[in-house]
Amino acid sequence: MDKPNSLFRNLSSKIASLPMVFIVLTVFVGGTMWTVASSFTNIKTLPIFTPIEFYDAFVGLAQYERLWKTQRWIISITNLGIYGSLYTIFAFVIGFWLAVFMDQKIRLEGVFRTIYLYPFALSLIVTGHVWAWILNPAFGLEGTIRKMGWETFSFDWLTNREMSIYAVVIAGLWQGTGLVMALMLAGLRGIDDEIWRAARIDGIPKWRTYIQIIMPMMRPVLVTTFVIVASGAVRVYDLVVALTQGGPGLSSQVPTIYVYETMFVGALAQGTAASSIMLLATAVILIPWVIVEFGKQKQA
Amino acid sequence: MKYKSLAVALAAAVSMAFIGSAKAADVEVTHWWTSGGEAAAVAEFAKAFNATGNKWVDGAIAGSGDVARPIIISRILGGNPMGATQLNPGKDADDLVKAGLMEDLTELAKKEDWAHILRPKSQLEGCTVDGKVVCVPVNLHSGQWMWTNRKVFKDAGLEPPKNWNELIADAPALQAKGIIPLSVSEGWPISTLTEDLTVAVAGVPTYVKVYKDRDLALAAGPEMAKVFQAIDAARKIVDPKSMVPQWNEAVGLVISGKAAANVMGDWAGGEFQVAKMKAGEDYDCLPGLGLEPVLNTGGDVFYFPKNKDPAVTKAQFEMASMMVSKEVQVAFNLKKGSLPMRDDVDLNAANDCMKKGLAILGDPTKVFPNNSQMLDRDSLNQIRDVMNEFFANKDITPEQAQAQFVEIIKNAPK
Repeated sequence: MDKPNSLFRNLSSKIASLPMVFIVLTVFVGGTMWTVASSFTNIKTLPIFTPIEFYDAFVGLAQYERLWKTQRWIISITNLGIYGSLYTIFAFVIGFWLAVFMDQKIRLEGVFRTIYLYPFALSLIVTGHVWAWILNPAFGLEGTIRKMGWETFSFDWLTNREMSIYAVVIAGLWQGTGLVMALMLAGLRGIDDEIWRAARIDGIPKWRTYIQIIMPMMRPVLVTTFVIVASGAVRVYDLVVALTQGGPGLSSQVPTIYVYETMFVGALAQGTAASSIMLLATAVILIPWVIVEFGKQKQA
Repeated sequence: MKYKSLAVALAAAVSMAFIGSAKAADVEVTHWWTSGGEAAAVAEFAKAFNATGNKWVDGAIAGSGDVARPIIISRILGGNPMGATQLNPGKDADDLVKAGLMEDLTELAKKEDWAHILRPKSQLEGCTVDGKVVCVPVNLHSGQWMWTNRKVFKDAGLEPPKNWNELIADAPALQAKGIIPLSVSEGWPISTLTEDLTVAVAGVPTYVKVYKDRDLALAAGPEMAKVFQAIDAARKIVDPKSMVPQWNEAVGLVISGKAAANVMGDWAGGEFQVAKMKAGEDYDCLPGLGLEPVLNTGGDVFYFPKNKDPAVTKAQFEMASMMVSKEVQVAFNLKKGSLPMRDDVDLNAANDCMKKGLAILGDPTKVFPNNSQMLDRDSLNQIRDVMNEFFANKDITPEQAQAQFVEIIKNAPK
């Protein structure tokens, strides 16, 4: 007797969400299915849409074999691993520190919050260009400090094959840490004052309160932030293009650049294969969220 | 039947009305000619096109062909085509042409007799698919040139080199004086360097057999092994820290005297021209790297994506005609440093390097196809990536690089 009622409950909001559902199904789900299906074909420039065409162009795992034999792709995936892990870890650590700092009831908190959040308002292209100037050996940081007297100072990460990806990490962190700080601060502010008072009465030092009491309570916020930050790291593109153009050589290449470059110069299927691998990486990132969401329901 | 003839009469009447109106149109043109010399050349095209009453809407794309190609192709595929676009001659737009996305220029080609006026025939043939002319070749560029700054060598007490081997021999003396022996820029210029070395060391027939006929035995064999040894010698005299992002910056290093030599196509000549240097006095241009003077038939062609507006289509034909007209061919090619598509023009104002190129062009045995006329863009990009890594990463041996190269040739689509 409940079932028909629950279907028609909130009918107006369900109807209102129909366009969004339609877009999600056709664009996101449909597009994803097309991408993965195309990665098993050998299409070159023109996309195909009918099942017969897919059957004719089917080549099994050939695109994936080529992908994992391509030196440039191996470099790209390695760089993504480096960038993704460093960016996520340091964004969390620095963001959490900044949020704790903000939470200490300091004066001018609003001013500091704005300053730390400002870089996030800049697009990654602007971030990339600004940091390209700062990290330029001739007239950026290295040149300026040398002119100030420290002749042997060197900070040539942009032109150094070994370090170029770390230059991208720095620029990315500068831009993205503000968001983590804002999210963590919101989570911290959501903690009841009673908890703090109880911890103080029990004589627990502040740092232990943060680590063993507050952070476990902030688990939903931490997981949400992790998904946002990590999925952003997987999609890094404009920052690399603006900062290093993937160079010097191929040293700071990332998968998104590989996808874009292969899709429109005669290797469309190869680009969709690379794209599918990135989709896999994003799905892996979602696993913590899945555990938290469905774990919670079990408890309830 | 009655309705059919009525419809035909109506269509004829409506189209007559359009023919009578002679509307001028805005034509958006995409290209990647953004260096000093190139911009001066494209301005000639714009000037001539604007004189026909239409408007040249410039859509220059910053970066190289490798940056511009995905943008151009994705726009045409996505249904937002430009009015006209530069591309390199060869297979880049083959799939787009087969899908019927490009305007058919056969009528215009017949009317203006392009088959007899434009030379060499290979360029117009490359623009002809299934008997239809789909693009117009506007210039000839060759990639096999070495550019040297004579003053730099004289200051170092050396004779300016006559060929690649002499440059390698001079390299230690130049490095001792803090001069970059060979300026190199990342990306496709390394492909140019390695292909030029292939032609110089292994010879044109081997190069064509490997790239065009996909001769795997030759690609894996001793002739190509010598090529990879020569590239190895080149990368040994190049300090990775001296490599610059763009091709014109590498040429700029030679112009300013910080570097002694650069291997680049004849479009580098435009840069020397803008810097007001004289060939034979301030700089040398050595075709075939000074060894065997040969030329490949690279260059640029213009495609015209199909457009719904008949005024734009008419303007597209006017642009195609303008681009191969005598006056424009002279004006454009002189500024660009490339060779014109026609013999019946007066090029006495051309500099010495262009005259050298014209002389070689006159001998068909010394002319061979451009890489994009022999291999698809995807394979060329993969070779570019392999050569870039080989050049930058000293841990990769010439044998390993050759094996990767053979793998790419093996998998290249027919």
